[in-house]
Amino acid sequence: MKVRISAALALLLVISACSAGSTASVSSGPDTLSVGFTAEPANFDFTRTDGSAIPQALLYNVYEGLVKLDPSGKIVPLLAESWTVSEDRRTYDFQLRPGVRFSNGVPFTAADVKFSIDRVKTGWTISIKSKMDVVDHVEVVDPLHARVVLTKPSNGWLFDMTGRVGAMFSPTGVADLANTPVGTGPYQLQSRRRGDSIVLKANPAYWGRQPAYRTVILKYIKDPTALNNALLSNGIDVIAQISAPDSIPQFENDNRFTVLQGTTNGEVVLSFNGAKAPFTDVRVRRALTLAVDRKALLDTAWAGRGTVLGSMVPPTDPWYDDLSGYYPHDPARARALLAEAGQTNLSIRLRVANLPYATAAAQVVASDLADVGVHVTIEPLDFPAVWLKQVFTDHDFDASIVQHVEARDITTFGNPKYYWGYDNPQVRQLLAAADAGTPEEQVADMRQVARTITADAAADWLFLYPNVVVAKKKVTGLAANQVSESFDLTGLG
Amino acid sequence: MALSILRRVAILVISVLVASIVVFAFLAVLPGDPAQVALGINATPELLARTRADFGLDRPLVEQYLSWMGGVLHGDFGRSYVTGEAIGPQLLDRLGVTLWLVGAGMLVAVVLAVPFGALAAVWHRRFGGTAISGLSQLGVAVPAFLAGILLVQVFAVQLRWLPSGGWTPPDSDAGEFLRGLILPALSLGIVQAAVLTRYVRSAVLDTLGQDYLRTARSKGLRPYPALMRHGMRNAAVPVVTVLGLQLTTLLIGAVVVERVFVLPGLGSMLLDSVSARDLLSVQGIVLVLVVAVLVVNFVVDLLYVVIDPRLRTAR
Repeated sequence: MKVRISAALALLLVISACSAGSTASVSSGPDTLSVGFTAEPANFDFTRTDGSAIPQALLYNVYEGLVKLDPSGKIVPLLAESWTVSEDRRTYDFQLRPGVRFSNGVPFTAADVKFSIDRVKTGWTISIKSKMDVVDHVEVVDPLHARVVLTKPSNGWLFDMTGRVGAMFSPTGVADLANTPVGTGPYQLQSRRRGDSIVLKANPAYWGRQPAYRTVILKYIKDPTALNNALLSNGIDVIAQISAPDSIPQFENDNRFTVLQGTTNGEVVLSFNGAKAPFTDVRVRRALTLAVDRKALLDTAWAGRGTVLGSMVPPTDPWYDDLSGYYPHDPARARALLAEAGQTNLSIRLRVANLPYATAAAQVVASDLADVGVHVTIEPLDFPAVWLKQVFTDHDFDASIVQHVEARDITTFGNPKYYWGYDNPQVRQLLAAADAGTPEEQVADMRQVARTITADAAADWLFLYPNVVVAKKKVTGLAANQVSESFDLTGLG
Repeated sequence: MALSILRRVAILVISVLVASIVVFAFLAVLPGDPAQVALGINATPELLARTRADFGLDRPLVEQYLSWMGGVLHGDFGRSYVTGEAIGPQLLDRLGVTLWLVGAGMLVAVVLAVPFGALAAVWHRRFGGTAISGLSQLGVAVPAFLAGILLVQVFAVQLRWLPSGGWTPPDSDAGEFLRGLILPALSLGIVQAAVLTRYVRSAVLDTLGQDYLRTARSKGLRPYPALMRHGMRNAAVPVVTVLGLQLTTLLIGAVVVERVFVLPGLGSMLLDSVSARDLLSVQGIVLVLVVAVLVVNFVVDLLYVVIDPRLRTAR
């Protein structure tokens, strides 16, 4: 026994001696990049599985659409070299890029455009497929010319084409999407280890510029501290989005790293149940909005990282207005408004998602509201499971805090059945006009929507969640803003 | 002996059945709808209803349980609500990672505890013995995740000798595999070593007082060699018992350590599956863990017989 123990000890010593001095790193060469994320894709099929993790990994990298969003939020060509819109704004003619092939070798043509768009209606099962309802039909004019005819004019449709629903598939490549994605993008799937990583390798037959990194390892690390440690110890090269703001200074103070801070589409919203008293009274909603000091809240809850908002519009949308000063922090006016509404003894149930930003913000909201005489009971709900069921579906809440991450989700204020229970015919009419109008009309109408819901205090937009990317100095070309659904690897150098 | 094994197998089967019912019942009353979680925030009522029907969630609970258990008995753990993949192969894959971790943690515990425990006993009247006892006392108080965080800070973040986490399968790169296993195994093993050291010490102290050791000493053997040659086998019986009990704690500790070190084992799969309300996966994982614990106890019982020849004839 003694001999065996010494042998084991010796083995351990040998192992540690071997590794001493060398650095721990997964990168096996200069053309390999490893990026850390918190949310792992359940599988590779975003036509049947919802959530942001799959498009984050695959969109623009493995799958491409006719158009894409650039980092400033502008719609730019991708597989379509150009497009024209008819006079009545219902017909879109796309000129396709020649010489494009799917990763299974099959050429990409207008027939694939028709197949992909039609398939959203027939093959997709997730609710986002309704974004394609406005399409009447698709015509194959010639192999490099696809015509899409809408039932009514819709600016939202072209924007949606930059996301998941616009991804181009081949009829020969959809047999096993959950495991084998086949797209036209610069990368293709090499391997995956569930609970750990996905490996992408460059597609040698790509039509465009070959990506700088031949191999990209997407590492999935749920715990924010473990994610930070992985970067600090050379386990990864990039953190796609920091979710612990207090940890950012350690990277800013370390000259090995670059820290980029930008915006997202994620509005952190203090929502009111507008279909239920006392929130049916605009004076109450305004009072609560005036009572919360959003600047102080951002400092306390998220280390001052993020953008104070006044409406449901992030700065990367074309109709952004800075409305953050619309309701300045004013407890006295809040108290007066509450008195006017006869709500001097108000008690509310604040049912928030049990996520760090939401529970931290809830504490500040509760204390600010206590200052104006509103008693708040905070109930953290397990997210997503319990929050989705009780708050979102059953509308069993007075107020809630959660982040709304979808692009251009201001349109939810046009849906009276949505969980905020906001019902304003004028907003619905403006949203419809914006969708149907010219791009200029769209911007004007959307501005008006944003102003209207702000004036109505339809919700209190606490802050815009920041996008903080940390990378090793050698990694260049990262975008600061997270505007699309994709973590776009194509611009990296 | 055959009868005793049969009895234990029967207990194993009944325990698994009871555990499966308890787990199933608990998950059934857990708030949150798996279909809703799978579909996300844009789900329509029609889509929700269809997905529930696809998952079989609209059937009576007893029927759901029976069909699940029937599948398991045929080796079919069903398909994950979230990933759509078969759960069985996934469980096997994850179990492999967890077993490596637990095994390595055990190795660390034994390698540290046996010599230190024995030394603490031999030196029980000297400073060295007191120091070891004190250190082990301290070690018992440190949770595995804290040990893990400290080890990561020192050896991964500061010194950058070892990875802070992640998993390399042994067949893809044995060196990376071992390097990745060192810190998790240490954080899991150190705490167990501390517990085990105290048992080894008292078992060895007990043995040191036995007549046969006094005989060995009187023949001129020094205390430590005497103990190693004559006393260890006797001291091992109570230690193996504790070791068996500890394996269970190690499995639970592994759940936490897997999170700290981002290892794709059963523990991290369990946490992910619970938060995604992937009920079939949770049921499968818990079932595997229960079976693992019971099998460990079974094996420990057999080991007694191997270590202590006296138990072979008796009973």
